[in-house]
Amino acid sequence: MKRVQFERSTVPYFFVAPQIAIIAVFFLWPAAQAIYQSFLLEDAFGLSSQFVWFRNYEDTILNFAWLQSAGFTVVFSAAVTLGSLSIALLLAVKANEVLHGSSSYKTMLMWAYAVAPPVAGLMGNLMFNPFIGDLYTAMNVLGWDFNQKLDAFDAGFVVILISVWKQVSVNFIFFLSGLQGISKGVMEAATLDCRSPTKRFWTITFPLLAPTTFFLMVINITYAFFETFGIIDTTTRGAPGGATNTLVYKVYTDGFLGADLGGSSAQSVILMLMVLALTVFQFRFIERKVHY
Amino acid sequence: MSTLTLSGINKRYDNGAHAVRGVDMDISDGELIVFVGPSGCGKSTLLRMVAGLEAITEGEMKIDGTRINEISPADRDVAMVFQNYALYPHMSVFRNMAYGLSNRGMAKSDIEAKVRETARMLRIEDYLERKPAQLSGGQRQRVAMGRAIVRSPKLFLFDEPLSNLDAKLRVQMRIEIKRLQRELGVTSIYVTHDQTEAMTLADRLAVINEGKVEQMGSPMDLYSDPKTLFVASFIGSPHINLLPARFENGELQVGATTMPGFEALPEGVPLMLGVRPEHIAQHPEGAFEISVDLVEQLGADSLIYGAVSGFNGDEPHELCVRAGEASQREPGELLKLNFETDRAMVFRQDSGERLV
Ligand SMILES: Nc1ncnc2c1ncn2[C@@H]1O[C@H](COP(=O)(O)OP(=O)(O)OP(=O)(O)O)[C@@H](O)[C@H]1O
Ligand SMILES: [Mg+2]
Repeated sequence: MKRVQFERSTVPYFFVAPQIAIIAVFFLWPAAQAIYQSFLLEDAFGLSSQFVWFRNYEDTILNFAWLQSAGFTVVFSAAVTLGSLSIALLLAVKANEVLHGSSSYKTMLMWAYAVAPPVAGLMGNLMFNPFIGDLYTAMNVLGWDFNQKLDAFDAGFVVILISVWKQVSVNFIFFLSGLQGISKGVMEAATLDCRSPTKRFWTITFPLLAPTTFFLMVINITYAFFETFGIIDTTTRGAPGGATNTLVYKVYTDGFLGADLGGSSAQSVILMLMVLALTVFQFRFIERKVHY
Repeated sequence: MSTLTLSGINKRYDNGAHAVRGVDMDISDGELIVFVGPSGCGKSTLLRMVAGLEAITEGEMKIDGTRINEISPADRDVAMVFQNYALYPHMSVFRNMAYGLSNRGMAKSDIEAKVRETARMLRIEDYLERKPAQLSGGQRQRVAMGRAIVRSPKLFLFDEPLSNLDAKLRVQMRIEIKRLQRELGVTSIYVTHDQTEAMTLADRLAVINEGKVEQMGSPMDLYSDPKTLFVASFIGSPHINLLPARFENGELQVGATTMPGFEALPEGVPLMLGVRPEHIAQHPEGAFEISVDLVEQLGADSLIYGAVSGFNGDEPHELCVRAGEASQREPGELLKLNFETDRAMVFRQDSGERLV
């Protein structure tokens, strides 16, 4: 492959300098700090520290609480991503059948996205409050012996539900634009070629939406990993017994509440590597399949 | 193999647009029918109703005598070629063509054979593994045709399939479509607003105006014997010459000129005289006179354009004359002309009805 070669000049570096500076200050520097910290063991008062190589990593990975948290994070992220994507897709397909690009309507459907995660968490907390929560009452009336304070499954259900609810709206907007971007002629040609609407959806519509779905999947996994922190902090706080402790939330509790900076740093480095691996996987193996 | 009958077809869109008004039509087996008309006249709407892509507001459609109004598009066994081709962008050419067959439950080996045979016929067998985005406009056009042909449907429907191609390719594909349609013998409807395309392709033409079929017949019928002013002015290139006229004291007055040979026309209503460019002869003692504006040399013959004297400026009085051989006329020259009275037509201006 031939590339256009421009004469080398220092001017472009000036243009990217602000971006580089931001990345350096807000990402590279803290990341380096975290890596450095993860090799240290501090005493309880933070007065002295000792270089311990990979002790913090060993302690982290062999710790039951961390494994439990990692397990929950995987289940939680999968549930939030799949849940919010599939609900949003279903709604978008239904909306697309009746709606022809009326943008004010779309904007109205977008509002849930503007709710900050902690606020969404507080709202969810109210709805699942044992004394005044409508959803709490409804669940119990319907015969589900529901108690998110005691039951790990119920607690997980609450945080997943709130996280999905908050993310559905933005997914919906992207799916709807994706659907409206599919040529009408192509859909009509498919109507002549295939009788079953369900089969048409899976053979034509869904593959044509794949680039949108891929993009949203990356966004949603990142959301489930990191941004749900606020929701968990305002609802279960990892309870009962660490059953809803995501990895990010555990970094926070161990580091800031437990004052184990070394261990917490080791956890965040592991988290960083996991996200890196996931991203590489997504772009190497999935992206290749979705573009046409 | 298939006939199509339309009776009393009407289409009203939700917004109230009355796009098709009472169309009746009988299409026999193997015929190539062309719907032609100006933009917005309802040709696509009518075609899409046959395909099942638009609901039929009123009236009945039958394929081979069976009512199809309520039958889903896929079950009508019709294939359509769209203006922008509407190929499935995520599928290879092969899969584009195979999609309709596999959905109808054809065996894999049969599909393979059928697709390859059709691809050979259309000379696209080298592109079978490519995606539509990797093809030129003309190749995409062929794939779209292939996708229709491969299904061996009862009806082919074409909605301006050539309008995205350049002029040369359009002529080439037009000939090819005609040839394929003859070979396969499939009953077809072809929509276009290009009257040359319509004339050259059609077994029979339906000229549509404001949702109604103005006239239906063979291209030559419509050319030489139009029933309305609209059909006369729509069919033919260059256009028929139209001059305002009136019938007074038993004679036809065209501008300042009296044209003999017309009898029993209604007096006092505005009329329109129609003469095709080839039915005007140059004559030293001609009754009409034009001053030449422009001469178009077409090689075998030439077209002379000019304004007729004896009209006031507001009325249409431009004339086009087809001169038999390369003409030596110069702009500004005065030219005496005679109209062939027995080939001239007279229409009412108000209703467009043909009187002579
Ligand atoms: N989906 C629709 N909803 C409402 N009105 C429509 C719709 N589609 C077409 N129309 C109207 O119906 C009339 C006929 O449209 P149609 O598309 O059949 O025209 P056409 O003859 O195919 O024109 P063209 O040569 O420009 O393609 C037009 O007046 C158009 O505005
Ligand atoms: Mg049209």
